[in-house]
Formats: sequence, structure tokens, C-alpha cells
Amino acid sequence: MKPILYERLGETVCCETLPNGLEIRVIPKPDHAKKYAFFATRYGGMDTCFQLNGQWMDTPAGIAHYLEHKMFDTEEGNALQELAKNGAEPNAFTSNAMTGYYFDSTDHFDENLEILLSFVSIPYFTQESVDKEQGIIGQEIRMIEDNPDWQIYARLLRALYQVSTARTSIAGTVESISHITAETLYDCHRAFYTPSNMILTVVGNVDPEKVADLARRVLPQEGGPVIPRDYGDEPGTLSKRETRLAMEVSSPQFLSGYKCRPVPEGEDRLRAMILGDLACDLLFGESSPLYQRLYSQGLINASFGGAYELLPGAAFLYAGGESKEPQAVAAALQEEADRLIREGVDQDFFQRTLRASFGSNLRGLNSFENIAVSLTEGCFGGYDPFRFPQVFDSVTQEDVLSFLRENLVQERWALSEIVPKEA
Amino acid sequence: MTRTQLAGGVFLTYLPAKKFKTSLLSAQFVVPLKWETASANALLGSILRRGTVSCPDMGALAQRLDQLYGARIDGTVRKKGESQCVGFVASLIDDSFAPGGERLLEPAASLLGELICHPVTRDGLFLEEYFESEKTNLIDAIRSILNDKRSYADSRLLQEMCTGEPYGVPRLGNEQITAALHPQLLFDAYRELISTARLEIFYSGSAERSRVEDALRSALADLPRKDIAPPPERTPHVLPEEPRILTERLDVTQGKLGMGFSCGSDDAAALLLGNTLFGGSSNSKLFLNVREKLSLCYYASSLFHRHKGLITVSSGIEFENYQKAYDEICTQLEAVQKGQLEDWELEAARSTLLNAYASMGDSQGKLENFYLGQAATGRDESPEDLASQVRAVTPERIFAAMGTVKLDTVYFLQGKEAEA
Repeated sequence: MKPILYERLGETVCCETLPNGLEIRVIPKPDHAKKYAFFATRYGGMDTCFQLNGQWMDTPAGIAHYLEHKMFDTEEGNALQELAKNGAEPNAFTSNAMTGYYFDSTDHFDENLEILLSFVSIPYFTQESVDKEQGIIGQEIRMIEDNPDWQIYARLLRALYQVSTARTSIAGTVESISHITAETLYDCHRAFYTPSNMILTVVGNVDPEKVADLARRVLPQEGGPVIPRDYGDEPGTLSKRETRLAMEVSSPQFLSGYKCRPVPEGEDRLRAMILGDLACDLLFGESSPLYQRLYSQGLINASFGGAYELLPGAAFLYAGGESKEPQAVAAALQEEADRLIREGVDQDFFQRTLRASFGSNLRGLNSFENIAVSLTEGCFGGYDPFRFPQVFDSVTQEDVLSFLRENLVQERWALSEIVPKEA
Repeated sequence: MTRTQLAGGVFLTYLPAKKFKTSLLSAQFVVPLKWETASANALLGSILRRGTVSCPDMGALAQRLDQLYGARIDGTVRKKGESQCVGFVASLIDDSFAPGGERLLEPAASLLGELICHPVTRDGLFLEEYFESEKTNLIDAIRSILNDKRSYADSRLLQEMCTGEPYGVPRLGNEQITAALHPQLLFDAYRELISTARLEIFYSGSAERSRVEDALRSALADLPRKDIAPPPERTPHVLPEEPRILTERLDVTQGKLGMGFSCGSDDAAALLLGNTLFGGSSNSKLFLNVREKLSLCYYASSLFHRHKGLITVSSGIEFENYQKAYDEICTQLEAVQKGQLEDWELEAARSTLLNAYASMGDSQGKLENFYLGQAATGRDESPEDLASQVRAVTPERIFAAMGTVKLDTVYFLQGKEAEA
């Protein structure tokens, strides 16, 4: 495997692409006891409409997540128990753009990795076992529907987007998942769980060559075709300016969001993420003048925060939390963005923010999970996330200001609110 | 790991490690958990974080932290056994990664010391505006526990089960007591806390111990130390004659069933393993039966409260499945008590626990949280020691210990439409 040294981060990444198209990344951590494996497919909640064998398929909302649940079934029973015998507790998640399976263990790593690669690549379920999962996932959906943080975020996305599958809830609804059959799940597995659509990342005290050998031995010899996907032809305009829901909560909550310009795959994506994060820090981060003003006026509290997120064909920036006056905070955010665009950022504040943001990226490398997920996102998005120090070297105030000018404009703004139910 | 005394009632737990990008420095006051003082202590954590003499507002503090490459200092309030732990956790990038080769430990320790010893004051009190705003924030934070229905139900169960015991006091206290706080009372509480409460400090990072000790001695030079209060006695839990059953209604779509059990055995290692078998992992009996076999829920898990000898079960279900879930949870407990286990189950439970202990040293946050729990409850085993205890547990000990587990309190959160 080819080692790449990242001197400024004190990290080495060993890379290899197998003949079947699987990308492998191994990050040796000789001083750690824990070994972590992450096996991900580029297939998530947004990939409901795609082409398989020349035919377009329109699948129910929540199907990628449903498949994630069913992949743990094996001919012998269940992969959870097989891994548990070796002390490894596996888990998985489905995001908008990927499904990832992982475990960490201190012993029997090779054995565990073989189990992981094998259960994720070999589907084993029947219509009966698929039907049985309805109850479990139904309760998962009920649980998130009662969660105001989820509601406010999901409703913001539905306000920002008109047709994009960013509108689709990753878990689907109790109704949509009732249409999922074993046959459709097998089709989705065939389309997306091919080695050429997947990435294996291992972090820990392991021999990189052994990881690659194991993947070569366990996984199919052939890759798969590129699967065309349709995320919807999203116009620049919003679906809805404001959305509001009453729930059993203690105080009003809000998210103020901006529909940003989508960012193409490639190195631009890393740059955009760093610029988006800096824009958030400068605009409303804890060190920003706006945060301090709103906090001391009692308009926001420690729950306030936000982020810039990239999805396939979509990007957005949001901020929010609990507030007695969401409209006032949203207006203040817009005014602050206008002011920065007009007057620029104080140079000292800009330099401090750069420094703090660099530190926060470095801190992220303590977490094996975070390393694996960001390398995987980088692979799928066509950039190398470990090159962030170089991007920080080259970012200027003008870059951030032009990001704000392009994205933080009134026409792109929507507001999602949750208010307490009246007794 | 070493634990040394730096001053009267001030202890440093030193956890050397060169493998992290960051250093962690935590300073925690450990006090008995009580209704009378819980809210005042919680409020102190956030009011001290507002400003010091040299950095009198959030802007000035943020500026200092940004200069240290985005060091973070978070105010924390935690419940460990029957103690409340209030303080700050600082995370800063390790000196070896500072692009300019600066030393970051000393200035970070010094800022931590300022936050504790030199808060910004006016006329011998905290600033009125900080007091009012953090009091409002604390009340909001206490109310917002309602927003996450799972934690809300878990906390209601514990509160009901341990009424009248310190363990039933939530870490932030309650709204009424917070509302009654006034500036003089809070400042007195502050003086009391910093002069009489035990202070536990934790460091994980690449610096030598002597350097850490020097930095801390200098940072805490002005810490007033009087008679240090002794750790509280453990309050035994009282099992009711009949299990208590409570129902609450809120406008929710999913019901939450919580069940609290009391353990009559002192064999903590056996109870820990027994609980892991029962509902402590994704291979437990609750997961495999309540979720996988009966499809009643997405989550059903149990937690062993080591210091208090309790087990609590938490699950989210359809309202009408209350009895089914209740019965199945009891059935699965009985199975563990009777030793109805497949060969792999014990092996899996044991290795799940061993894996967690073995990998603890790979996370600074987990290490700090673990050793704080140990210090707060007067214990001194390392994760390795606990792993050895788990290795030594025999099946007979598990069945005997779990045999003493009795249903104590049931809490059910259901929807409003269910009334019809």
C-alpha cells in the first residue's frame, strides 16, 4: 500500500485501490489499543431514484436506512452476535449520502473485519424477516418524530428545497416504509453495494497490507457499473419561506437557514467546507460580536449554534437554537451578514478565527470515527480532507466575503420554528 | 496514572499520553448532591464562565481562547453517584502541534485558574446582569429536559424511585429553587465552594508531571482553602413494599416505558455483567427479545447504577403495547436470574465490557469522566482493575447477584389521545 505522510498533522494514510474498484484507507495508530473499521457505500437517504440495468427505479423513502437494518441478518443468524463474541459491538448509520457499517475492538480484529466485510456484502433476508422490521423501524420513526431537533431540521430542508431529494426523510415515514419489499431491497443492494461504490477505512494499530489482503480475499472480484442517480432538478428558489409546528416543548426553537449554491465534486468541496465553517464562525460563532450581543440581550442561550452542510447537489447554512424571539434573531443574522459584506471583517478577528478553526479541525483527528467518516466523504466527494492545513494557508478574507455575498442573501433565506403547544 | 495532592483538598490525576492531538485539563469541585445546593452550584459553573477580572466578558474570554488555537473551556455540571461535580474542562491542541511552537499548557491553566479564583465582580457580588441572564438560562435548561422525551422519562423514573434520597436530585436541581436564588446567596455559595469543596484536577497530554504541577500551583495560588468537607456517606436505597406504578400524559406519538429495579447484592462486578446480559448491549436479552423477536421497540436497554445498586430499563413503544413490553422485560430478567443463557451470551457480555475497559485509554474524554467518577465515589480502581474483576466473575455469582434484583418503580409516559 502507498503511504502518504501528512507532516503537519502527524498522520500517515496508506491508500490502495483494488482491481474491483474498492478504495482502501488505513491510518496506522501504533499507540492505541482500539482498532476501528468503517465500511461504507455511497448510498444514502437521498438516493431514492436511480438507474439499474438501463431502467429507472423510483424506490420508497427510507429504503437505504431499511436496508441498513436488514444487512445484519446472516445465514448463520445475526452479525451482531458473531461480532459480540469477540467483544466488538458493531453499529451502522445512514446519512443523506452514505450508509456506513463499523465496529471497534481491541482483540480479534482480523476475524471481526472479515465478519464485517462479509455481512455487508452478502444480503440474507426473506419477505418475512423484512416485514418483521416494520415494527422496529416504525418505532424509530415515532421516536424521531417526537424529537424537536429532528423536526426543526427536517422541516427547514423541506422549506429550502422544492424537488431535491434532500427533502426526503432518511428513515422515511411509517407509510412509505410499508411499501418496501425484499425484492426492492435486493435490487438496491445489487446496485449500490458493489466494491467500486464502497470504501473501507481502518484506523488503529493494524498492518495495512493485511487489511488489503483480507478485503481482496473476502469481497467479490468484480466491481459494478456506475449507477446514475436523480436528486431532482432543483431550482434556485425556495419552497417555502417560513414553517412552524407546535409540539410538546419547553420553549420556542428555531433554525434560520440559507439555501447555498451547490458545490461540484473535487478539491472545491474541501475549500467550500472550510469557507462555510469560517463564515459561520465569523457571523455567529461564540467569539463573534453578534453572538455576544444576542447572548447578553437574552435572545439566545448556550443552545445556539449552526453549521454549513454539503449534500449531493445541495448546500445550506443554518443557525438556531432556543429563543423567545426567533424572528428577531433571524433578522439580526441577516443584518450582520449584510454588515460584514459591506464593511468587511476586522482583520484581527479574522486571523483569530482562522487560528481557532484550524485548531478545531486538528482536534477532530483525535476521533477515529471522525477520521474514518471524513476520509470516506472525501473519497466520495473527490477531495483529500487531510489537506486542510494547506487550504487554511491560502484562505483570505475576500474568499469568505464572497461566500457571504453569494449565499447569505434574503432570497435564499427560510425559517423553521417549533413552538410550545398551548396547554 | 498517578494521583497526587497539590494543596489542601486539591488532587491532580495525571494521565500522561503522547498519542493525542490535544491536551485535556479539567478542574472539578466535588460536593454532596442536595436539593438545597444543586441549583446554586450549577449556576456557579455558568456564571464563572462569563468573565474574569482580566477578561471581564465573553468577547475577551473568546479572544484569549482563539489565540490558543481555539482552545475550549466548557463549564460542566455532572452527577456522579451521590455527588455533584461542578467545574471546567479545557481542551487545547497539544504543544507539539502549535504551528509557532508555542507553549499552550501554561496560559490555558492560568485562564482556568482565573475563571475559578478571579471572577469579575462589582461591590463584592457577581455582576447583576450576568446573574440574571444565567439564572434565566438555567431555568430554561431545566425546563428543556422535557424536549428529549427519552431523557425526560429516564430522569422522571429516577426521581420518583429515589424520592427523598440524594440520588433522586437531578444534576441541575429544580426550577423553584433556582428561581429563589439571589445575588448574595449565590456569592456566599461561591465562597463556600472554592474554600471547602474538594477539587479534583485531571490532566491528559504530553507534558511532564512536574510541568503540569507547576502550571497548576501557579494558576491556583489564590485558591482559598479552609476545612475541606468530608465525602458524604452513601445513602442506602429503600425498596417499597409493593412496586410503585406511575403514569404521566404528554402530547407525544411514542410511549416511554421505564422500569426501575433495586439490587440487594453488593457484588458489583457480577451485577455489571448481569446487567450487560439483561439489557446493557446490542446483544442483550432485551435487545434480542423486546426488539428483534417481538418488534415492540427500536430501543430497550438497561443501565446499572453501580454506586447506588440500581438497574433502570428504558424503552420506547406504542402506547397499547405497554403490558406486552412490561411482561417481556420481566420475563427476560427472570431468564438472567435463572441462568437461562446460551453459551455465547456470557462470552459476548464479558468481552463487550473488557473491550470498553481496554479502549478507554484511547479517549481523553472517557478517561476524565471515568476517573472523576472514581474520585467522586471514593474509589481507586483503574480500568484494568475493573477488567480483572469482570474476568473473575463466575456464572454462579451472576445468577446469585441478579437473583436479588427486584422491581421497584414503573414509569409510563403516554399520549394525550390515549385518554379517549
